[in-house]
Amino acid sequence: MTIQFNNETFRDDYSFSNSDWAIKRFPFPFHEDSYMYSVNMEQHRGGPAGSVYEKRFDVDEHYVAEMRDRALVLADDPLRCQSLPHMTLAGWDLLELIMVSKSEDYPDLFELHRDGNRWRWVNKPMGIDDTFTFLDETTLPYGPMEYITRQAQGDFCVLDQRDDMLWMDAGMVTTQADWSLDFDIGMNFFEWHAPVPLAHEMGIFQRALKFLLNIQQGSPARRLNWTMTVNPLLDTSPENYHKWGIQKTSLTPENLGAKQHLRVELQTFFRLPRSNALVFPIRCYLCSFQDLMTMPKWGRRLHRVVRDLPEELATYKGFIDNRPMMLDYLSQYDDGLSTSRGIWPDLETEPPLQR
Amino acid sequence: MSAAPQKTKSGAEQIEVTVSAVVPVNDLVTRFEFSRVDGQPFPTFSGGAHTVVIMNDDGRRRMNPYSLMSDPADTSTYAISVRRDDAGRGGSLFMHTQVKVGDVMTLSYPVNLFSLDLRARKNLFFAGGIGITPFLSMIAQLERMNGNWELHYSVRSADLGTYADDLKTKYPNNVHVYYDDQSQSIPLTDLLDGQPLGTNAYVCGPKGMIAWVHASAKEAGWPDAQVHSEEFTAPQPGKPFEVRLCKSDMTIKVGENESLLEALEREGVDAPFLCRGGACGQCETTVVSHDGEFIHRDHWLDDDQHASGTKIMPCVSRFVGASLLLDR
Ligand code: HEM
Ligand code: FES
Repeated sequence: MTIQFNNETFRDDYSFSNSDWAIKRFPFPFHEDSYMYSVNMEQHRGGPAGSVYEKRFDVDEHYVAEMRDRALVLADDPLRCQSLPHMTLAGWDLLELIMVSKSEDYPDLFELHRDGNRWRWVNKPMGIDDTFTFLDETTLPYGPMEYITRQAQGDFCVLDQRDDMLWMDAGMVTTQADWSLDFDIGMNFFEWHAPVPLAHEMGIFQRALKFLLNIQQGSPARRLNWTMTVNPLLDTSPENYHKWGIQKTSLTPENLGAKQHLRVELQTFFRLPRSNALVFPIRCYLCSFQDLMTMPKWGRRLHRVVRDLPEELATYKGFIDNRPMMLDYLSQYDDGLSTSRGIWPDLETEPPLQR
Repeated sequence: MSAAPQKTKSGAEQIEVTVSAVVPVNDLVTRFEFSRVDGQPFPTFSGGAHTVVIMNDDGRRRMNPYSLMSDPADTSTYAISVRRDDAGRGGSLFMHTQVKVGDVMTLSYPVNLFSLDLRARKNLFFAGGIGITPFLSMIAQLERMNGNWELHYSVRSADLGTYADDLKTKYPNNVHVYYDDQSQSIPLTDLLDGQPLGTNAYVCGPKGMIAWVHASAKEAGWPDAQVHSEEFTAPQPGKPFEVRLCKSDMTIKVGENESLLEALEREGVDAPFLCRGGACGQCETTVVSHDGEFIHRDHWLDDDQHASGTKIMPCVSRFVGASLLLDR
């Protein structure tokens, strides 16, 4: 498999775009015409060929550009990457997990050659060829977590597990949906989830935590989460809210289809071997409304989901003010026909828009 | 939300191994060493992890957890030490009397319910008898990280001091052994007093010893979170049971090595699922009637629902008894 990497930006001129291939494999997050929080975890052991669920760490056409964007964020604000001193071993675990997975899953893009603790890592898309000593920090330009997550799409939270609890003790967070690692560092599972509406009362977090504590080596899990972003902006951080918050007011009925993006996070969970920590990669996929509307089923469904979403969720996700304008746009793509079950676009079997 | 759930086996991943060595350590304890059938390296693990050994005892399945005592960084072998328990359920007797070099067995992937607190400035280990085994891998891990540790190890006698001499020879400054038959005992109160800030204590041994360490530490003002003990929740192999399915109009048998959910899938019954781990609620199934006991292992239903006997989560829960009728 060869991937053509896009030359694109997630800021300023926003030249980001999805190819037809990327639209087709976009992880549309709604399996039915409505949405509510649930304990939506499943095993992460592959998925349909070509889908974003197939590999342990999905690599797509945005890889090189996303890594460039991450480097810019870090240059501005080094606190986006933090690791408490006891988390270095977990960082090595993560480095190994990503290097082994990527070199096995994408042998034409990544190579890992191991001779005892002497490792050679080749990352062809980014032009990297480094030799280092595993578990010896002095042989890498950054700490192990920072080194490898500068070369892996998505944010990474590394959670220490102690006293039947998860603690956010390390992370690389530059593509987040309005939360801050610097604020959450050292917090536990219930503390960092405190701002989320409704889910606590629904018992979702207790059950989710029990499931996560029990995730074992070799048995990773995953779930999807989603929100809305105006402009294809990866770094929607509280630190930079003054820069991107105002862009939400730039929506007009004319530009909405191009500017309004559905933002989906493919979240995975892996137990790390040496440290017994848990890593939580949060991979962000963006797709403009106008691209989503090329799949008739997604058009019908997105309209119904956005229309019926409880106010608390629309407020928390930050699009309550723009919801009426979004609905005006989306309603053009909802002809009232029923939709097939599941998340897949079913382009061959779902009827085209009846208008 | 439900993305692309896969019908995979629930529970921990497993590894096929060959017994590469059986080494008597003393009158009660034997060490078993394993290599992988497929020649691949073993997964690395964290100090204090255990593996579940799956035994085929003349058609009867036994599953016993044993601490991995080998060096976690050595991926060529796994080793466990088994104490013969003549009064036990038989797993250790099977290991001692039946298992020979060359036998093929199945191990689970490593699971750690007794891991080191990697923030600890100092690690204070209390071991009693065969409870020494998790500390062997912890010590190997800490030695590699230049960690600070101290072991206080209580044994019945010099003859039954499993690995005591090896440890004393290798780490004369860190290891303290106490012999019951010489009326020696761990000076616990003194040891708990005056440890540097940020010390964590770990205990593995007989139940009474674990309780003693917890109680003494509490009395000495230690925070609970800094006193760790191993709690084995031994996985119980399920007994086979029969289920009558109303909607599908069939009776199916759930084998000991599969979950109720897997049995439903095997028979082609449409059974929803997502997490396969008792948390998501998708597989919730209504019980029409039952005569017997449920073994509920999910986090989805609450205690009242468990007690009521009207719901079951087929991905993790089981049943023992005369009859079970499900609305499926
Ligand atoms: C250990 C792994 C996890 C980490 C590190 C994590 C982290 C976070 C963070 C930082 C937020 C943003 C909170 C804020 O507004 O400041 C969040 C939101 C949320 N999390 Fe988690 N989470 C984890 C696992 C889970 C799991 C397993 C579930 C549920 C089943 C879950 C459900 C949610 C929900 C529903 C939200 C609100 C999202 C939205 O509406 O956009 N999380 N999580
Ligand atoms: S499949 Fe999730 S609770 Fe059974």
